[in-house]
Amino acid sequence: MDKTRRDFLKIAGLSALGLGAKPAADAFAQSAQGPKIAPIPEALKAKRWAMVVNLKKFKESGPDALQACVDACHTIHNVPKFDNPKDEVKWIWTESLAHALPNEEHHFLEEFVKEQMKGLPILVLCNHCDNPPCVRVCPTQATFRRLDGVVMMDYHRCIGCRYCMAGCPFGARSLNWRDPRPFIKTKLNREYPTRTRGVVEKCNFCDERLAKGLKPACVEACKNKEIIFGDLEDPKSEVRELLRANFAVRRKPQLGTQPQVYYIV
Amino acid sequence: MFENALRGSKGYWAWIILLLLVLGAGFANYLRQWVFGLGITGMSRDVSWGLYIGQFTFLVGVAASAVMLVLPYYLHDYKVFGKITILGEFVAIAAVTMCLSFIIVDLGRPDRAFNVLLYPSPNSVLFWDMIVLNGYLFLNLLVGWTVLGCEQRGAPPPKWIKPFIYLSIPWAISIHTVTAFLYAGLPGRGFWLTAIMAPRFLGSAFASGPSLLILLSFLLRRTTTFDPGREAIQALAKIVTYAMVVSCFFVACELFTVYYSQVPEHVSHFTYLFSGLHGKSGMVPLWWGVIIMGLLATILLIIPQTRNSDTILPIACALAFASLWIEKGIQLVVVGFIPNPMETVTQYAPTLPEMSITLGVWALGALILTLLYKVAVAVREQEPAGMSH
Ligand code: SF4
Repeated sequence: MDKTRRDFLKIAGLSALGLGAKPAADAFAQSAQGPKIAPIPEALKAKRWAMVVNLKKFKESGPDALQACVDACHTIHNVPKFDNPKDEVKWIWTESLAHALPNEEHHFLEEFVKEQMKGLPILVLCNHCDNPPCVRVCPTQATFRRLDGVVMMDYHRCIGCRYCMAGCPFGARSLNWRDPRPFIKTKLNREYPTRTRGVVEKCNFCDERLAKGLKPACVEACKNKEIIFGDLEDPKSEVRELLRANFAVRRKPQLGTQPQVYYIV
Repeated sequence: MFENALRGSKGYWAWIILLLLVLGAGFANYLRQWVFGLGITGMSRDVSWGLYIGQFTFLVGVAASAVMLVLPYYLHDYKVFGKITILGEFVAIAAVTMCLSFIIVDLGRPDRAFNVLLYPSPNSVLFWDMIVLNGYLFLNLLVGWTVLGCEQRGAPPPKWIKPFIYLSIPWAISIHTVTAFLYAGLPGRGFWLTAIMAPRFLGSAFASGPSLLILLSFLLRRTTTFDPGREAIQALAKIVTYAMVVSCFFVACELFTVYYSQVPEHVSHFTYLFSGLHGKSGMVPLWWGVIIMGLLATILLIIPQTRNSDTILPIACALAFASLWIEKGIQLVVVGFIPNPMETVTQYAPTLPEMSITLGVWALGALILTLLYKVAVAVREQEPAGMSH
């Protein structure tokens, strides 16, 4: 064996033993000052992302606008469509007012819905709570809350224990009860990962689009500003203006999860 | 010591083979589930935990109930439990093993189970449950095996084992408390959101575990030369009686709060149990079965003449066990999801493969218990004359 090769092996061996620990040590040193994330110049940034769903606008636009939001989201995120309701996976869908806001139910709500909302249901999705129980219960941190308020899923870490599904008071989460890939009925979006069986998924406030400077897909699908998305911490943002000018409700606020999807009735 | 498990009568081997067959069938179905996913079960987006997690919850209670023997025997030197305590510890070992197996078969991605250790999350009750369950398994293996080994040599148990025995007492309480906290801390599930969950869990555990042990004692008395003693069985029967009465009381407390306050999120689940909700009533017959069997068992246990009868006591214990098994092993978990957060009703029924997997795990537990009991009984039969534990 010639010298250079021997030396090389020695160095390789050394680095495997000791020097190899250097990057790991660096990583720890870094995390002491907070993780370093390469900045994405084009990304949309906020202190606290929030969504305002304007039911008055949806009344003007009619049922097609609701469906457009659902379709936009489910297409872009490769959400499968199963025939058996047992296997269902959904990120954003419609519920009757009484089901979406069970605490507001009363005997004559139906009349109101008929008169004032043209009998339309309302959109429901993950509320990206400020105090999310799903994050609290997850035993692997596969679901976590970003500093800007987006509650995220790591499909590669989730073990499928479904504790988060029990913890979510809004029924926002779905498990892939079986392999979802054959059931993606829309055109496959190669920009977003498909999931495997056995992991949980839900609305992610389109974090992958925010990173590219785009608003969430459902917001973009709205022709008439039915859904507004923005920074709640910014007093000049559109969401703040809407909340100043209108009375808005949230789903099950009494549970203390601090949902960040607001509904203008 | 273990060689004793490999010698046995024809009946013994027939039983072992039967268990292996059930276990094999369960395993085959588990392989199907592994390939297909949890869609092979009756669980759904709305009812996302079912039979597996129910059995897990029930069996944590059975495991914890060993403390009802360990505590009087080791802490109060209650000699009557001398022969039977080891049986309780071995039930705990089998039950915890089943618990851990039920967790594994319930995972969507069992291949990633170790993520729980790789990314420890102290904010999750499931993380703590894993720690206390494994710790409890270890404690019972250590204590049971050491004590039995000494007995075989005719020696008293070593001193160093005592701290572990004492530790196992609060530890048993902890496993069931932590398991109750899995449920009792979730904001959106009215059925579980009650401070009496952990006490109720312990109450029903101390009824179901000892009643199983009484049944096993009768079985051992019939099939082997081993007899834990009438006095021990009667003492256990009193424990079951008190535990059943306390359990009934706790359920009554729950029902009072729910029905007197009439908060809809809490009432709706019980309406589903008692009479059905939105025209769906799949759980109603089972729930009435739970009530009738539970009350009947409690009455039979309270009356001294029936409790003292060697023919009626096993019946009362079987009724108590069945009642609590349905209540905790099925309904407690499933009905927490019915109605769902949108106040709509999706019902749940386990599928055949799901039941086969469940039976398979039970067969695994029964197998472990059989082997351990075989060893224990053999050691007792060889015991030096005059030596009582
Ligand atoms: S299913 Fe996945 S995301 Fe949900 S709690 Fe379990 S590991 Fe976390």
